[in-house]
Amino acid sequence: MNDHKFEQCIKCTICTAYCPVVAVNPLYPGPKQAGPDGERFRIKNKFFFDENLKYCMNCKRCEVACPSGVNIADIIHSARMRYGHQKPNLRDMILASTDLMGVMARPVAPVVNAVAGSKAGKWAMDTFLGVDQHRTFPKYQFKGFVGWFKREMEASQASYPRQIAFFHGCSTEYQHPEVGKAFVQVMNALGFGVQLLDEECCGVAMISNAMWKQAKQHARHNVAAFEKAVDAGLPVVTTASTCTFTMRDEYPHILGVDNAKVRSSIVLVEKFIHDLVDKGKVKLVFRKDYKARMAYHIPCHMEKLGWSIFTKNLLQMIPGADLTVLGSGCCGIAGTYGFKKENYAYSQAIGQPVFDEIARVNPEFVVSECDTCKWQIEMSTGYAVKNPILILSEALDLEATAKANCVNG
Amino acid sequence: MKYDVVLIGGGLSSLVCGISLQRTGKRCLMVSGGQNALHFSSGAFGLLGFRPDGSAVERPLEELDKLPANHPYRKVGAAKMHEYVNRVKPFFASCGVMLDGDPERNSWRLTPTGTVRPSWLAMSDVTLYEDSVVSIGRKALIANIAGYLDFNTAFLAEGLEKAGVTCRLEAVALPEFERLRTSASEMRSVNIARVMDHDQVWKKFVEQVCVLLRDEDVVVLPEVFGLQDEHVLEQIRECIPARVVFVGTMAPSVPGIRCQSALKTAFEQAGGEFLMGDEVISSEMDGERVLSVRTANLGDTVLEADHFVLATGGFFGRGLQATAEAVSEPVFGLDVDAPEERTQWYNPDFFAPQPYTRFGVHTSENLRAMKAGKEMENVYVIGSELGGADALCEGSGAGIAVMTGFKAAEMING
Ligand SMILES: Cc1cc2nc3c(=O)[nH]c(=O)nc-3n(C[C@H](O)[C@H](O)[C@H](O)COP(=O)(O)OP(=O)(O)OC[C@H]3O[C@@H](n4cnc5c(N)ncnc54)[C@H](O)[C@@H]3O)c2cc1C
Ligand code: SF4
Ligand code: SF4
Repeated sequence: MNDHKFEQCIKCTICTAYCPVVAVNPLYPGPKQAGPDGERFRIKNKFFFDENLKYCMNCKRCEVACPSGVNIADIIHSARMRYGHQKPNLRDMILASTDLMGVMARPVAPVVNAVAGSKAGKWAMDTFLGVDQHRTFPKYQFKGFVGWFKREMEASQASYPRQIAFFHGCSTEYQHPEVGKAFVQVMNALGFGVQLLDEECCGVAMISNAMWKQAKQHARHNVAAFEKAVDAGLPVVTTASTCTFTMRDEYPHILGVDNAKVRSSIVLVEKFIHDLVDKGKVKLVFRKDYKARMAYHIPCHMEKLGWSIFTKNLLQMIPGADLTVLGSGCCGIAGTYGFKKENYAYSQAIGQPVFDEIARVNPEFVVSECDTCKWQIEMSTGYAVKNPILILSEALDLEATAKANCVNG
Repeated sequence: MKYDVVLIGGGLSSLVCGISLQRTGKRCLMVSGGQNALHFSSGAFGLLGFRPDGSAVERPLEELDKLPANHPYRKVGAAKMHEYVNRVKPFFASCGVMLDGDPERNSWRLTPTGTVRPSWLAMSDVTLYEDSVVSIGRKALIANIAGYLDFNTAFLAEGLEKAGVTCRLEAVALPEFERLRTSASEMRSVNIARVMDHDQVWKKFVEQVCVLLRDEDVVVLPEVFGLQDEHVLEQIRECIPARVVFVGTMAPSVPGIRCQSALKTAFEQAGGEFLMGDEVISSEMDGERVLSVRTANLGDTVLEADHFVLATGGFFGRGLQATAEAVSEPVFGLDVDAPEERTQWYNPDFFAPQPYTRFGVHTSENLRAMKAGKEMENVYVIGSELGGADALCEGSGAGIAVMTGFKAAEMING
């Protein structure tokens, strides 16, 4: 028996029809072949393992489409872990160590940004590391989220009647502290005090780059931290869809790290707020002068989580929001995948329909819960991409909301 | 979350019902555990193709009173059946799916084995013939894409030759497909169709076919064109100076995927919410009323609704489960039409009609589900989740899905 349910496969090939990589990359055998079909052979003899499985972006679109509930991508990545010989090279390790890179880049952020953004720097990364020179690197921030929080916010948090734990993730800390700031402001206005966790990078990039040992260490560390929080009655609230998905589902399914005690407590902020509003437990008061035309790009892992409905509903509550939901499609970045020279062209080809649709809709900005989608879409279309919590913080009348929720901040 | 109607299943029946409801102002949410039977469709819908003795039906509406009393069409009722059949073409057209055929009289289509089969309405891919004896043509050029094995041209030619059509087989090699051919498992209908969707590729293919064409009056092609845009089929027909007939391939079906995607878009454009890849796993009931359901993905967020539509597709869609002891309906635990004795579930003769294909949820006259012998107040069952019909033998699968989808929407709208 196998808990990825490969024996439920009815060989319909529907998964392959919805795989974005198959459409552009001839080297990739496709989900049916790489997943349930290949597994049959691999169980007999590990010699059948195909290194081209590394081209799977782990976007999970195959699983969303499969009528038989086969966990195709889990099969693929478990096989990579069990049979693969892929050893991450320097480039892969650099790309995957999002936290470590942040720590090292932080003190010299302006320099790193300048080098990474310069022609010479891009050429050097391309030539020596295999990071495609067409890529725009997300900028490292001199000052991170955690420092700001500790300096300016931490002291007041205990005064709020209800408390939550916030998993901020790497990009909020190193590249987009404004997302974390927006999160704290909104949660405070709703009457929730924010506590930080002893968190480590969720490890998703390590999974894609075959750094299994490190990924497992991170997973165990985070699960232990979450267990502490959950034991103290705190839900673990997040702002990044891929981290959330990884910590809920990839930990047990791929890394074999048991998160049963905390899984249901790990929630994305959109679901968290939506459910509170739905149950009448909090009120949102929006600014009368907020107006924006936005287009929502649903990240692949949001599709897999099945939670885009919460973001849509929340954004639709904003009276001044004119929301277009973009047709479901992968933007092509898939974390570190699109940064690699060997994947760059595939990555852009996969995302092209998304870029075209955004250009047609021509919104003021794009909405997405995923930061790598943000980087990809901003680089490829020129449109700005915002996390929904940022939009909420801009659209809410925070003072009036605090009053409505009886918060005397 | 509260909706007017929650539909469980995202196949043909659910989409037809959901679009009808959403367009009449009901707020609908549809949950679908993955893709559905449309991905196996030939591109032609059947209403009622065969009688129990295997003879072909010409006018399905005239056969209704001969069907067993628990057949879904008997529950829809003769008057409604007459009304609905004429509603189907405009309904699909409004969703961007053009259907061909006479809604009250069966036509015929060419199958992948080179024989003809009764069909009701069909998507633009399918050529419909007015009757079974009409010759497909004198001479046929069967043109395949080199390396594509799921379109069995030899098999097709054998059938056609028997019907007096002289066949010539050709395979067109295009550089655009070399990429796919490096991985044999990926020369599949939809992957080919994704490449063919580029204007310059299908045009090049069609040019090559025109070069190959000699004195044939028919050109037979696999259904791998116009995945995104059905108008391509019309353009191909215009480009080739012979009658072009498209023939079904192994799954996934290109017309089926196009239809599914058009209907899903129509549902969403009307304001419906579609949850793909999620599954209803439990429910809360009060007597004969379902109050709410939960799904695997939404966790503790419950879905409340005034009405629930169960469109989970029978055995094939995982809407029925069989264990050694019993056949059951997993979502609400509804009553199932199935003999208690397991030996009566199937016919040991593999090719004979199988009793289990008739299994399905037991409903009252008006499609309301039965549970423990009582009629549920707000649960309607539609499509192949319903018992009482052997859709495969009858050639009635899509017809049942559409007719019962319309009917349930009307019942809910009151
Ligand atoms: C192989 C095959 C070929 C066919 N070819 C033709 C043809 O050429 N012409 C024709 O007229 N008819 C054909 N039919 C019949 C016809 O297509 C089907 O009867 C019809 O499409 C069924 O639609 P449905 O909506 O009832 O079910 P389905 O299309 O089976 O949809 C059921 C859906 O419910 C979902 N589901 C199940 N349980 C749950 C749950 N708990 N929560 C959420 N979702 C759930 C499933 O994932 C699935 O998406 C064919 C059928 C099959 C099986
Ligand atoms: S979609 Fe699911 S059942 Fe179909 S071939 Fe792929 S894994 Fe198998
Ligand atoms: S996870 Fe994405 S890239 Fe990988 S096989 Fe599935 S659909 Fe293809």
